[in-house]
Amino acid sequence: MKPPVFEYHAPTHIDEVLELVAQHGDEAKPLAGGQSLVPAMNFRLARPSVLIDLNGIDGLGAIALEGDELRIGAMTRQRAVERSDLVGEVTPLLSETLPFVAHPQIRNRGTVGGSLAHADPAAELPAVALALGARFFVRSQRGTRVVEADAFFDGLFSTAMEDDELLENVAFPVLADGQVTAFSEISRRHGDYALVGVAVSLSVDSSGCCERARIGLLSVGDGPVLAVRAAEVLAGEVPSDELIRSAAARAGHDDIDPPGDIHASVDYRRHLTEVLVRRTLAAAFARASNGGSA
Amino acid sequence: MANQARFPVRGTINGEEFEREVEPRLLLSDFIRHELGLTGTHVGCEHGVCGACTVLLDGESVRSCLLFAVQANGRKLETVEGLSQGDAPLHPLQEAFREEHGLQCGFCTPGFLMSLLPFLEENPSPTDQEIREALSGNLCRCTGYDHIVNAVRTAASSLRDAETAGAE
Amino acid sequence: MSTRQFGRPLRRLEDEKLLKGKAAFIDDIEPAGTLHVAFVRSSFAHGRINAIDVAEAREYPGVKMVLTAADLGDYWQPGPVLVPPPPVEGAVFHARTQVPLARDKVRHVGEPVALVVAESRYVAEDARDEIFADIEPLDPVADLGRALDPEAPLVHDDLESNLAAHVRQTKGDYSAARAEADVVIARNMRYDHGIAASMENRGVLADWDAQGEKLTIWDTTQAPIPIRNGLAGMLGLSESQVRVIAPFIGGGFGPKIMMFYPEEVLIPWLSMRLGRPVKWIEDRAENFFATTHEREQLHEAEIAVTRDGKILGVKDTFFHDTGAYDPYGLTVPINSQCTLLGCYDVPSYDSEFRAVFTNKPIVTPYRGAGRQHGVFVMERLLDLAARELGMDPVEIRRRNLLQPADFPHNHGLIYQDFTELTYDSGNYPEVLERTVEAIGYRQFREVEQPRLRAEGRHVGMAIVTYVEGTGIGPYEGARVTVEASGQVSVATGVGTQGQGHFTSFAQVVAEQVGVEPDQVRVSTGDTAEMHWGTGTFASRGAVVAGNAIHAAALEVRRKILDLAAEELEADRDDLELQGGMVGVKGAPDSAIPLGDLAVRANPLRGAVAPGTEPGLESTTYFGPPGGTTANGAHAMVVEVDPETYAVEIKRYLVVHDCGTVINPLILQGQIQGGVAQGIGNCFFEELVFDDQAQLLSASFMDYLLPTATDVPPIECDHIETPSPLNPLGVKGAGEAGAIPSGPLFAAAVEDALGDPSLELLEIPLSPNRLFEVSRTRDDGGGA
Repeated sequence: MKPPVFEYHAPTHIDEVLELVAQHGDEAKPLAGGQSLVPAMNFRLARPSVLIDLNGIDGLGAIALEGDELRIGAMTRQRAVERSDLVGEVTPLLSETLPFVAHPQIRNRGTVGGSLAHADPAAELPAVALALGARFFVRSQRGTRVVEADAFFDGLFSTAMEDDELLENVAFPVLADGQVTAFSEISRRHGDYALVGVAVSLSVDSSGCCERARIGLLSVGDGPVLAVRAAEVLAGEVPSDELIRSAAARAGHDDIDPPGDIHASVDYRRHLTEVLVRRTLAAAFARASNGGSA
Repeated sequence: MANQARFPVRGTINGEEFEREVEPRLLLSDFIRHELGLTGTHVGCEHGVCGACTVLLDGESVRSCLLFAVQANGRKLETVEGLSQGDAPLHPLQEAFREEHGLQCGFCTPGFLMSLLPFLEENPSPTDQEIREALSGNLCRCTGYDHIVNAVRTAASSLRDAETAGAE
Repeated sequence: MSTRQFGRPLRRLEDEKLLKGKAAFIDDIEPAGTLHVAFVRSSFAHGRINAIDVAEAREYPGVKMVLTAADLGDYWQPGPVLVPPPPVEGAVFHARTQVPLARDKVRHVGEPVALVVAESRYVAEDARDEIFADIEPLDPVADLGRALDPEAPLVHDDLESNLAAHVRQTKGDYSAARAEADVVIARNMRYDHGIAASMENRGVLADWDAQGEKLTIWDTTQAPIPIRNGLAGMLGLSESQVRVIAPFIGGGFGPKIMMFYPEEVLIPWLSMRLGRPVKWIEDRAENFFATTHEREQLHEAEIAVTRDGKILGVKDTFFHDTGAYDPYGLTVPINSQCTLLGCYDVPSYDSEFRAVFTNKPIVTPYRGAGRQHGVFVMERLLDLAARELGMDPVEIRRRNLLQPADFPHNHGLIYQDFTELTYDSGNYPEVLERTVEAIGYRQFREVEQPRLRAEGRHVGMAIVTYVEGTGIGPYEGARVTVEASGQVSVATGVGTQGQGHFTSFAQVVAEQVGVEPDQVRVSTGDTAEMHWGTGTFASRGAVVAGNAIHAAALEVRRKILDLAAEELEADRDDLELQGGMVGVKGAPDSAIPLGDLAVRANPLRGAVAPGTEPGLESTTYFGPPGGTTANGAHAMVVEVDPETYAVEIKRYLVVHDCGTVINPLILQGQIQGGVAQGIGNCFFEELVFDDQAQLLSASFMDYLLPTATDVPPIECDHIETPSPLNPLGVKGAGEAGAIPSGPLFAAAVEDALGDPSLELLEIPLSPNRLFEVSRTRDDGGGA
């Protein structure tokens, strides 16, 4: 289990990175935290011929408030986000979710950008990005463009980024008045990839009516899945057990086309999705009626 | 193909400086064990699950099998050998593992110790549940973990006592 | 004797080295000039080898040698049959053993077909990628239940079918019992065990000294002496030219026994060919295929009982998956067959099994070694019988336990050690009642469970029992020496993989010789230190090696007393050994340090009296007449989420009897570690194969070892019924913790879900599987 030979670059400025990715195209792999890439290389399942180490680049690891968005640099360690008081205040869904991502030893290296760009359908952060409606700042020598979360994830380990593009940072909307979020997942063991996970973001108006809901699901499709039909059930309605149940049923039946694998069959995933969406929505609505606190 | 460009890597390990030239693909775990000769860091899975190879990189616990040695350039490494060097008495964490029978074959133990060091610094009075969660990124096949949990509790207490004594 | 060393929870003497990272495990040892090996392994479960193109690999920079089976010449031989079939009348056994490199056919995924020797493991793996093995895939035998179908492909073309063995053992007249019974419960059951997954993979390092004509081999083996003997024969060397060292080993649990794995056979040969040290360290990806497994059995079982729950007989017919080869004979299925009867008085038993070749990795013992499978069948049958009779499951067990007066109890079956299965001693009612009491069984049933159920919580409890045959022969030996320094050394041939032998063996010696245990240097697993022995397996280290060490220590004690009596002109009976000295009781000034006595026992002038031996040393052997039987009861409380089928183990309690205890702390560790592996087996770990016999769970991402959040605190209690079969009265303890968790888990989950139509007749039971079983039970009834 030793990684194959590769050409190694350790640039110190983002412009060098952009030049290298432009030059090498899909032959090159950016090395962020490496917590998914290096195991794949050790198994020799991934054989990038060029590796561009991003760990020496300054300025990609910042967490900053910009207007009504929290900007997180792509190379920000997951552990830093988890520990950030600012994150806890303005995007509590991230703080709530990160402890579910593997183990501290992995989060000490793993980066926010790496996880999002890797687009593993079983990863937590892509589903959270979907639920929150994050925006992705994607840069190349051609310039910077912004991709909405709904368009960013476009298949199995696949994103809307071109070969010459690099994820520079991600903007998460700051929690608005009347907005609540919640996350839960079922995994075999603490820190494992989830069998199913649910990230919920809801806005409830002063009359208690659900204005808007976004439900991000993980491990139930090619990538993170936005449960659009379930959200439709909730929109404009006053939450009740019955409403939540019917939204959850829509999520389990109509929003997903889950894969079966050795840990969970298709039917079990559908069933878990329904159960978990129900429970997570209930938790979120309970938070809303408590004035937003957990 | 086999002759890859070599890169310099210079840093400190357990307070001592090192300087080598390595192939960029050399895993940090192999570098520590076979280049630096510190074989207390063990390799159990090479895919980041078992935790036997855990070391500290600038004070934070990381899987050394998921890093390349070149990435340690300019950084500070700490391994199990740094806990009590030479004939020095065991570190309170090590002593607690012995006292509570927190190891059997001992292969996974260095990884546990290195994961626990920053944990106990950050959380000097953990609950049992917090201890178990902190341990859950390290696999042990011998002990069933109970005695390790006891060891962490004991270590936390003696580290707190040492802290108090030091403050007086 | 002043200080009792025996029975003390002494902190382990080996720990400091391990905790400082200074203990030498195999990959920590690297002589200058060491070459590294990578193996090319079959990606097909079954296939015909057309050609293996190694030309490019041979040219790869840094490569020293590339070999296929064709290059091995006469050295290519199938491995030895390690355990011959048991002497059961009518038993059929077809031995087919693994080969160093597959030559004509590959028979399981991961079977080696070629190897590369290179300057580094990195380069060896690069060159391996340049090798093209042209293997024509054949239909594999992937399904145990269909492996004996007439149309099944053949794993071994020279056999008529995939039958590896057929054994039937009976006692009493089961048909008569069945005819007499009020209730007969018959069910099909499936028990699948897993892999040892020790944290350290295997490894072999060999260093041929051409000048001295000596071969040194470091091997992660549980049995260095048999490996030394076997390799010497294969390599044409005398045993004294070969030294096998089992260094610190990162867990064994069975598969590191004297397997003569292909790598074990090839690496020493390569070192002799190349004149350089050669090393192979198994990586985790290889471990899933290259190291042996334990796997499934399919049982068709029935129990005949009277209306008041008395067992009249049990019948069991099962298939056992032995994998592609069967070098370890029938140890695993024989253990299943013989362990099934458990703590109970079973007047009639009819048990028949067929071991079957499949295109999967080899099956050999892994902690429990088939005992789990048998215990599962019996304990589940009892639960079902109790349910049918409307009886409490503890009560049906209580009514059938063997009583203290029933020992020795001979079942008349042939056990894995080829002796008749005889329970030597025990107090089964006491163990069960303590368990019932400690877990609060009645309180739970009558008060807590109904209260929790009313709150909508699904909490269940179960209790099961088991007997484990341990400490089997043939023998072990030990040499105990008092050195001139006063230090005592003890050497034994068994390997050690974390069981605390450096401490418990030191305690046994210290007890007799009157020194502190830390003055006793224990050497295990080095053939240069001990010439005779078998190995660490079948929970036998403490029993067989422990008693050999005890015997040697007693003999050294005798020599000390004899010589000291002469030197001090005192009566032997007036002497005492204490603090590393021997002296006359009540006259401390008279005491002689043992080191001085050792010098006097080995004089440079004068004469050693005829009939006496020089030195304070003894080499002694111990061979038990038969295995000792440990026993215990385990209790578990679980809470099940009836929607997600997540299971939380809330309590786990063990009451155990393994005879006299040498070191209770070490014993507790053994039990707890075993329980954790048992929990892994029930709920987390699973070797999942597809219909092409490809292993789908071949990494630690998918083969789920329990972590600290998955194993609850384990409450332990012990009773001590000494074994009459050895002077120390000890019984084995290494495997017990892992044995009864399957039926315990199944029964506790059933109890928690509280649905009388739900029967859990298989292990493992993942949440996914629990979901499926719950969904389908109304369609087809029991499995």
